[in-house]
Amino acid sequence: MGQGGWLGWADPVERARNKMTARTLYDKHIDSHTVCALDDQGHVLLYIDRQVINEYTSPQAFSGLREAGRTVWRPGTALAVVDHVNPTTPTRVATMPDAGAARQVAYLAENCRDFGIELLDVLDKHQGIEHVIAPEQGFILPGMVIAAGDSHTTTYGALGAFGFGIGTSEIEHLLASQTLVYKRLKTLRVSVDGELAPGLTSKDVIMALIGQIGASGATGYAIEFRGSTIDALSVEARMTICNMAVEAGARGAFMAPDDKVFTYLKGKPRAPRGALWEQALRQWRTLRSDEGAVFDREVQLDAATLEPMVTWGTSPDQAASIGARVPDPQHVSDLILRQGMRRALDYMGLEPGVPLSDIAISHAFIGSCTNARIEDLRDAARVVRGKQVADHVRAMIVPGSTQVRDQAEAEGLAAIFIAAGFEWRQSGCSMCLAMNDDVLAPGDRCASSTNRNFEGRQGAGARTHLMSPAMVAAAAITGRLTDIRDLGERP
Amino acid sequence: MSLQPFTLVTGKAAPMLAANIDTDVIMPKQFLKGIDRDGLDRGLFFDLRFLPSGAPNLEFVLNQPAWQGANFMVVGPNFGCGSSREHAVWGLKQMGIRALIGSSFAGIFHDNCQRNGLLLITLEQAVLHRLAQTISQADQAQISIDLEAQQIRLADGQLIPFQIDTLRKTALLFGLDAIGSTLQRSEQIKAFERQHLTTKPWLG
Repeated sequence: MGQGGWLGWADPVERARNKMTARTLYDKHIDSHTVCALDDQGHVLLYIDRQVINEYTSPQAFSGLREAGRTVWRPGTALAVVDHVNPTTPTRVATMPDAGAARQVAYLAENCRDFGIELLDVLDKHQGIEHVIAPEQGFILPGMVIAAGDSHTTTYGALGAFGFGIGTSEIEHLLASQTLVYKRLKTLRVSVDGELAPGLTSKDVIMALIGQIGASGATGYAIEFRGSTIDALSVEARMTICNMAVEAGARGAFMAPDDKVFTYLKGKPRAPRGALWEQALRQWRTLRSDEGAVFDREVQLDAATLEPMVTWGTSPDQAASIGARVPDPQHVSDLILRQGMRRALDYMGLEPGVPLSDIAISHAFIGSCTNARIEDLRDAARVVRGKQVADHVRAMIVPGSTQVRDQAEAEGLAAIFIAAGFEWRQSGCSMCLAMNDDVLAPGDRCASSTNRNFEGRQGAGARTHLMSPAMVAAAAITGRLTDIRDLGERP
Repeated sequence: MSLQPFTLVTGKAAPMLAANIDTDVIMPKQFLKGIDRDGLDRGLFFDLRFLPSGAPNLEFVLNQPAWQGANFMVVGPNFGCGSSREHAVWGLKQMGIRALIGSSFAGIFHDNCQRNGLLLITLEQAVLHRLAQTISQADQAQISIDLEAQQIRLADGQLIPFQIDTLRKTALLFGLDAIGSTLQRSEQIKAFERQHLTTKPWLG
């Protein structure tokens, strides 16, 4: 202990050093939201600014509150939406596809009413997938800490906020106390530099990263993305990267907010206005990692050499560029990896050595919180304009929100999709996780703009190939996995 | 809600060593339609445990006599990845699983286990490999886990020590209600909140 210790202060030299210590953007978020430390092993009581609630992970949390006679700490900081179980039939209906879904939707409405939480129900013109509507509504702002009962809450990092997924018990804890018992993560900086080739998107960037570091490559870490490639991307494209960072195990993904973010937010329904906007903006401009901040780990990705990515297996890291062939497990020395590959190829019905571009599909799906925003639909529409979906393919577009759907109709995108033979559907999570009635049959093979190619994810026995929305559009046209660049169209 | 405390538990340990077992596999979508926690033991590993006919798949480890009724599972890397669905953890508990032993666990799944009193033990790859080899022999499947002593005892008397944060350990040992503990700090939370919303009024 230094001389100042007996007064309750840290050693002055130590204090000066701490003050000098450069902090990461993650550190700044945690420090500014720490109510108190709970031990000396990194656990803190973390204050949460906002939460988004859906119908399927929240029911037991509300029941827990009711049983314990507890209230919601700050109901105005929560926004609820129906997205996971609702049907996405081309004409909007409020009738749920099954009794369980109907019960969940009714219980969410009851809970929101009883606890004073705003609900966007299935007929609301602002309904949509939670991670699409929350940014769209200006509900998420730079510097916020957000937790929600959905793993893809990492999406909000693209706005300079810290979002992370939690389970139902944590939702209950958060509703009751506005806080979570939280353990500080390690930090990983991913530098992405170089110009993306025509036809490539942010989906290819994040898929390549997951392929490089693996499905648990960022477990225990919060990722900060930086670099010229990230700077050049639109805010929506950045959301795709932060969204899928969880597929590498990251419990949070950051990008320092810049003018693109501020322009994106300005005028959004729930964003601050007038003097409050100016005050917020001054603070938001300080939200970046300090010069010289030390990360626990660094990874580099060269964007200029990337090619369009597709998955061939049942884990998001089982991915390759479209010009590659199905890999051969025999060439893998690690036993667990080799067995995993064998099992994946067996499930996927694929033989080693087959060119990925020879794989025929039965379904094409553009949707999900990863890739169903307006820019994604514009990309896809450019590819399909004037073309026809292959005869043997069922192709679906499920916009990320009702607002995205309306905008796509106003821009004439919907007409392009419909003329090409796509189903133009209502918004929801739909076939990304197939909790509603949008389910594939065993053996179906789907080119999908979603985030998970797990066994059974889109239906028991169904096979999923992840890729960008433009690549899904290309596959829908040719009927097989296709290099978008071969179609002569550029998203 | 208080939880069943975890002190010393003895039972069979079943091996499931594949990498990246995700929560979709642990608890498929058709079992997520409830508003309570009931009946999730039926859904656990559904597509692995049952054949399309509905009959038990006898190749699946928890259907084999040596590991039926297991209280522990020894699992591969990144167990519990993917969806945040806590139903996966409720299902494991309802099947009688009290602890999982692996080399790495996904973050959200890890927190969900902790909040349900399900102990996660992380071991070095080499140590885990030896443990897996032992319990994969039908007559060596029985183990004891002593959380207080932070030890796994194998059938042959071998002891494997493990690390766990004090905060997590205490919560598991006593089955503490996390919300109740946090709400004892209500005044601190309120004070923080006042200051937070004063300096950043746009968050109000």
